[in-house]
Amino acid sequence: MASGNDMTTHHQNEAPLLFEKSTPGTCAASLPRSDVPAVDRNAVIGADLLADAPPQLPEIGELDLVRHYTRLSHRCFSIDEHFYPLGSCTMKYNPRINERAAAMPGFAQVHPYQDESDVQGLLELLYRLRMDLAEVSGLAEVTLQPAAGAHGEMTGLMIINAYHRDRGQPRTKVLAPDSAHGTNPASCTICGKSYQQIASLKSGRIDVDALRQAVDDDTAALMITNPNTVGVYDEQIADIAEILHARGALLYLDGANLNAILGIARPGDFGVDVMHFNTHKTFATPHGGGGPGAGPVGVADHLRPFLPVPQVVRRDDGTFAWDEDRPKSIGKVRSFYGQIGVLVRAYTYVRALGGDGLLDVARKAVLNANYLAARIKGRYELPFPPPYAHEFVALPHFDEQDISNVDVAKRLLDFGMHPPTMSFPIAHCLMIEPTETESLASLDAFADALIAIADEAKDHPERIREAPHTTPIRRMDEVGANRKLNVRWRPE
Amino acid sequence: MNYAQLNDQQIAAMLGAIGVRSIDDLFSVIPDAQRLKRPLNIPDGVSELEMLRDLRSLTDRNADCTELVCFLGAGAYDHFIPTVVDDLAGRGEFLTAYTPYQAEASQGSLQAFYEYQTMICQLTGMDVANASLYESASSAAEAVLLARGATRRNRVVVSLAVHPETRQVLDSYMSCLTLDLATVPMADGATDPSVLADAVNDDTAAVVVQSPTFFGCIERLADLARIAHDAGALLIVSVDPISCGLLKPPGDLGADLVVGEGQALGIPLGYGGPYLGFFAAKEKYLRKMPGRVVGMGADAEGRRGFCLALQTREQHIRRERATSNVCTNQGLMALRAAVYLAAMGKSGIAAVAAQCLDKAHYAAQRIAALDGYSLKFQAPFFKEFTVQTGRGVPAVLKNCRQKGILAGVPLGRWFENLADCFTVAVTEKRTRDEIDRLVDALDTA
Repeated sequence: MASGNDMTTHHQNEAPLLFEKSTPGTCAASLPRSDVPAVDRNAVIGADLLADAPPQLPEIGELDLVRHYTRLSHRCFSIDEHFYPLGSCTMKYNPRINERAAAMPGFAQVHPYQDESDVQGLLELLYRLRMDLAEVSGLAEVTLQPAAGAHGEMTGLMIINAYHRDRGQPRTKVLAPDSAHGTNPASCTICGKSYQQIASLKSGRIDVDALRQAVDDDTAALMITNPNTVGVYDEQIADIAEILHARGALLYLDGANLNAILGIARPGDFGVDVMHFNTHKTFATPHGGGGPGAGPVGVADHLRPFLPVPQVVRRDDGTFAWDEDRPKSIGKVRSFYGQIGVLVRAYTYVRALGGDGLLDVARKAVLNANYLAARIKGRYELPFPPPYAHEFVALPHFDEQDISNVDVAKRLLDFGMHPPTMSFPIAHCLMIEPTETESLASLDAFADALIAIADEAKDHPERIREAPHTTPIRRMDEVGANRKLNVRWRPE
Repeated sequence: MNYAQLNDQQIAAMLGAIGVRSIDDLFSVIPDAQRLKRPLNIPDGVSELEMLRDLRSLTDRNADCTELVCFLGAGAYDHFIPTVVDDLAGRGEFLTAYTPYQAEASQGSLQAFYEYQTMICQLTGMDVANASLYESASSAAEAVLLARGATRRNRVVVSLAVHPETRQVLDSYMSCLTLDLATVPMADGATDPSVLADAVNDDTAAVVVQSPTFFGCIERLADLARIAHDAGALLIVSVDPISCGLLKPPGDLGADLVVGEGQALGIPLGYGGPYLGFFAAKEKYLRKMPGRVVGMGADAEGRRGFCLALQTREQHIRRERATSNVCTNQGLMALRAAVYLAAMGKSGIAAVAAQCLDKAHYAAQRIAALDGYSLKFQAPFFKEFTVQTGRGVPAVLKNCRQKGILAGVPLGRWFENLADCFTVAVTEKRTRDEIDRLVDALDTA
């Protein structure tokens, strides 16, 4: 582990762009010689539709291609190499068997329009996952179709929209606490709903009185995260559900923080009508530098008619099939059936851990977060009282030295650790989620680093303000990059 | 399996440091009535070996395209994937990173996405591209939302020759909004320009077409662009990226927004996902684009660097006023596409496209020469075409399947009037021998 004062740089390892390495006439791929006659393109296509020249893609030999991407891979922080306590993102270990599973030809080399009889094993896997997620959530039925968490939110809101319309009471307003993930209000907009923010209390919990006042006959739903985004379980959740239901509104749960309650409490049991899962958070599917994830959606019984089609079902004869017969369905939210390869990984994770293992996940995730909070208490302000769920908020107070949370985050990079989430859900904060898969040694190293930075703030504040020192580049001028936009390479 | 790494002594010490007696105490805030008072009804965990057996027992009941010969297309194609794609994109450093919020810790993935954006532009002939969306249908929906915002109009005209699942997804997205979706019929497997001209009006935000169409036919995009632009609407084109190795790219023919399915670019069939929605635009729509965009700039010492650009469009900053709700996109799939495009390069992509063209035309010619089979449409096609038969589509396809051949996608499930048709896709992977076997199987059906 780097000491943080080892100013060794890797600047010499500059990575030229593919386009700068392009050498005409080279190619990393080879095809068999064509064994059919070449057609006369002008005759079968027509000159007006044919390109004058092939696209100007770079031309690179295989070795240089391998070196290029290998070098780029060395310029990324990742769970495989670094502690990655990005709050709200649940950066847990991504088990290798899940990759093996997804790559099996029986899953990876199947065409979406093959007959159901050709994919019985895969359909059974999806069916089992569907049932397992329903069990974890305590909800009546789950769709596996949405492609990501935000896509699940959109799907959930479409279902809510269809439900109110079906009752002859279309509703336009969706509420969410001010601490909601940005995707919540953005999903409202994409579904044509107006969004109203509800204040949170000092404790981080939603202001129930404010909620009571905001809910009216035009309220379609409240979107809430529980445990919430400050890392606190909101025990008022059952009352919140009652307030909504009394006015005909629904409760939507953002499942980003499901990791903290696996096997302990179930959204369906505390009054939730709709929720999305993030398989890339709770169920250990890799984040892939920003996807692919998957965002299955669970609903309570009264919302089942509105789920997307098709749905994977088990027929009476024990075979598995896609069911399109759901007249009130919202339709399809993506092509084909969903992020199947991601769902195969999630299934493998759920079944390898089992019901007992999932419970252990929640217990250790919460233990690790509370331990880390206890270790840094006194050096960083913890604005919300413990116990925490699987994550917590910390505030650095180095204003005298003109050091911000961003500076602390950048300095952590010099310690070989990915920074926590910054400035969400409250200004100037670090939001820390260690996950259950970290060892005590990793937790201690991170706490030690934060404490060392607190010490350094007094003795050598400039080291923090100028951080990072050891990454492939020094601090990025993001303002400049946005002022003078360059989002693609062009030949000089 | 259990991936936690704490032993009992460590747990005891941690509890001591926290100041509680047991892990249960940390959950004391959850009211009793909200707790699950039984174990989850999911089988107990198993070892890795048992898990692999379980998976094997499932895959044993699937017939995959390594044993069958695949002529299925309709949005998912059995193209060859060079070894370097799996190998490089499978590296743990890429696999287990997240969205590159911390630029200094993510220069590798940021540069890869910048290069991806550039190659998507080179391929489609467009000015700018984002760092990926989920897949082609939701990309088309995002394009429509952009067009609505840019034109402040509320009507969208979609060609019937667009993939039916894309049209279904558009329908779902539009149903919550005050947006009208009009579908225009086709002529000879492609959009009918005269009908389209009548369908667009001064409230039309966009015209959505696909080229080659769902039936394989190449659209005359320049004509369609003229019609859209005359009415002040945007032309949104969903394109097969492989076809850009040979055909004039949509950007050269007047498209305003180009989306499409990136699966053909080094992503396995995977029963429909995860795939890759690419999204490219004319420069003037850059600030309205959905999703992540990577920009090049400099670090504090003036060294070249990359970061997420235009984040003020995005949901985590702009919330309900964001251009889209997209957060997690398809980073790893974009990386696969980038490695694929870089491996193929200019000559490789042209060679792939040429072989698709030649092999598809060889297959079409032979099938059309059979008794009881004909080509449904006369318009030029690229790698996929529509076959009409009087022999009964289900019986024909079943006969081929019994001979280990996935002969085509039947159209009856979407188009009643095309119940006697199926589409056949022929990629560079197919051999003359496989095509001849397909022809024989059709002949004996």
